[in-house]
Amino acid sequence: MMLAALHLAWRYVARHRLQTLLLAGALALVITLPLCLRVVVQATEATMRERAVSTPQLVGARGSALDLMLTALYFKRQPLPPVAMKHLHELREANLGSAIPLDVRFHAQESPIVGTEIEYFGLRSLRIANGKMITRLGDCVLGARTALRRGLKPGDAIFSSQEQVFDMAGIYPLKMRITGVLTPNGTPDDDAVFVDLKTAWLIQGLAHGHEDVSTTRDTVLKTETDNLVANASVRMFNEVTDKNLDGFHFHGDTSAYELSAILVVPKDPKSEALLAGRFLKGTNAVQLIRPREEYDALMSTLFQVQTLAFSVLGLTLIAAAAISALVFALSFRMRRREFKTLGDVGVSPLALSLTKLFEITLVGAGGLALALIITLFVQWNASTWVQLLLK
Amino acid sequence: MSGISLQDLSFSYPGSSFRLHVNGLEVAPGAGFGLLGPSGAGKTTLLRLMTGLLQPQSGLVQLGNTALQALSEAERRAFRLSEVGLVFQDFALLDYLTVEENILLPQRFRSHTSASASDRARDLAERLEIGQHWQKLAGQLSQGERQRIAIARALAHKPRFVFADEPTASLDSRRRSRVMDLLMEYTHEQQACLVMVTHDTELMPLFPNHARVEDFTS
Repeated sequence: MMLAALHLAWRYVARHRLQTLLLAGALALVITLPLCLRVVVQATEATMRERAVSTPQLVGARGSALDLMLTALYFKRQPLPPVAMKHLHELREANLGSAIPLDVRFHAQESPIVGTEIEYFGLRSLRIANGKMITRLGDCVLGARTALRRGLKPGDAIFSSQEQVFDMAGIYPLKMRITGVLTPNGTPDDDAVFVDLKTAWLIQGLAHGHEDVSTTRDTVLKTETDNLVANASVRMFNEVTDKNLDGFHFHGDTSAYELSAILVVPKDPKSEALLAGRFLKGTNAVQLIRPREEYDALMSTLFQVQTLAFSVLGLTLIAAAAISALVFALSFRMRRREFKTLGDVGVSPLALSLTKLFEITLVGAGGLALALIITLFVQWNASTWVQLLLK
Repeated sequence: MSGISLQDLSFSYPGSSFRLHVNGLEVAPGAGFGLLGPSGAGKTTLLRLMTGLLQPQSGLVQLGNTALQALSEAERRAFRLSEVGLVFQDFALLDYLTVEENILLPQRFRSHTSASASDRARDLAERLEIGQHWQKLAGQLSQGERQRIAIARALAHKPRFVFADEPTASLDSRRRSRVMDLLMEYTHEQQACLVMVTHDTELMPLFPNHARVEDFTS
């Protein structure tokens, strides 16, 4: 009897597969939404947590602490007020820990160009998997995913992208020599292009290279005391080579050069407390944040939103269940004649009830299976999507 | 007595002036019995009383040695499922099942879907000229084909009592005689009782025993 009821239910559901799929799909969606929300929040938590925890302190221009954290830790592409190099010098002079500069304002297509110093690679446990480390101005090393995605290897070149398309007077993209590819560490580092801090400034236009004006007299506009002013015909370099390396030079006061942020690794808890104290003043142009605390605040907000969404989705689920019950009730009502015939033939009311129950179960199971597939798909891709969101 | 016996049977619908009374009616095993009458005369009501689908106010319906009134509702259902073959006027097929599934449906609910039952069902389908549609959905077939599926379903589990409500109404004359041959042959071979409701007077020669329903109603 059970098998007959199941067979009958299955045949009905299979015959009306479009209606079944629609109903199961609707159920799947209302089941999936809270599950996916949970999965995405967990993925966000997992993606952001380790990075936040492994970065004790962060110094940046006063403003949004969250923006500062997202830029310095996850290389999120967003405008951030810069911090001057002099603050890096001050931090180093204080001798309370190591200070690592970060310049995250430029991109090579979708990949952030991170200008930093060699200590950064040690802090993030990044090693060269192929090739060698940056050796001079204009060199870069690639994060593992960037190299893989773009099919680049040591010896190849990569261009920086123009940040302002309409800035006609802006600098040309810099062609950078790839000297190495880093080991993957499953963080935003894998998507980055790492350059020396000076190369970042070169991209910014604070340094430049051109042919020697003193040896090519037709490029001289005027001669001043101890100075030659070039005319517009002087040839500018957009690539650093061993030949033209000496033609590159910086202008202005380097202590005023800009950084995006400074990562700080204090020597000990006392140094950490002292450093925090130095930046407490509200009048300070810069701020010091603890990424862990910012991360906790962000997650707390996310959990609150999640709880609210769960409440709304819970109500939606109840509504969907009520509508499904109505759909089944109407369907069974329309098929009264069919069930009466089966009863007339001699099929018991229990068998008929089982048939109806199996139909509901099959649709419900279909909905659950769909929900599971969607959730697994979201889970499979969640960390990639979260990383895209952080870009 | 292994035939059908009706004694002092009285029935009326609540709030209706329709009355049906049968003093006595016997259908012998291996014989057919015709029920004649115009539409709305009460043929189907009498058929439903004979199968236990309706309960009389008084009187007795006996199928073989079983008095239907002595059975509980569940027992009557079980009895119908195993001993009775029903051909409904509107065929009452499930359109989302194949011809095979429709024919074997009562047996499936009795957990009697053996290979021999399936062979027998297939044989019936061949004889009723619907074998070529064996795996087609019932909903895709014509009225005549559907009627023959309904007849095959009624006979597939070898019932001792066959009740057919206008089983040839949708058939052409060739197929009508083929269906009637099959029903009569089955009745003789299985020593079953066949009660057939019809308004087709051309079929009356096949039923030496018959009655007009108007004689039972008031």
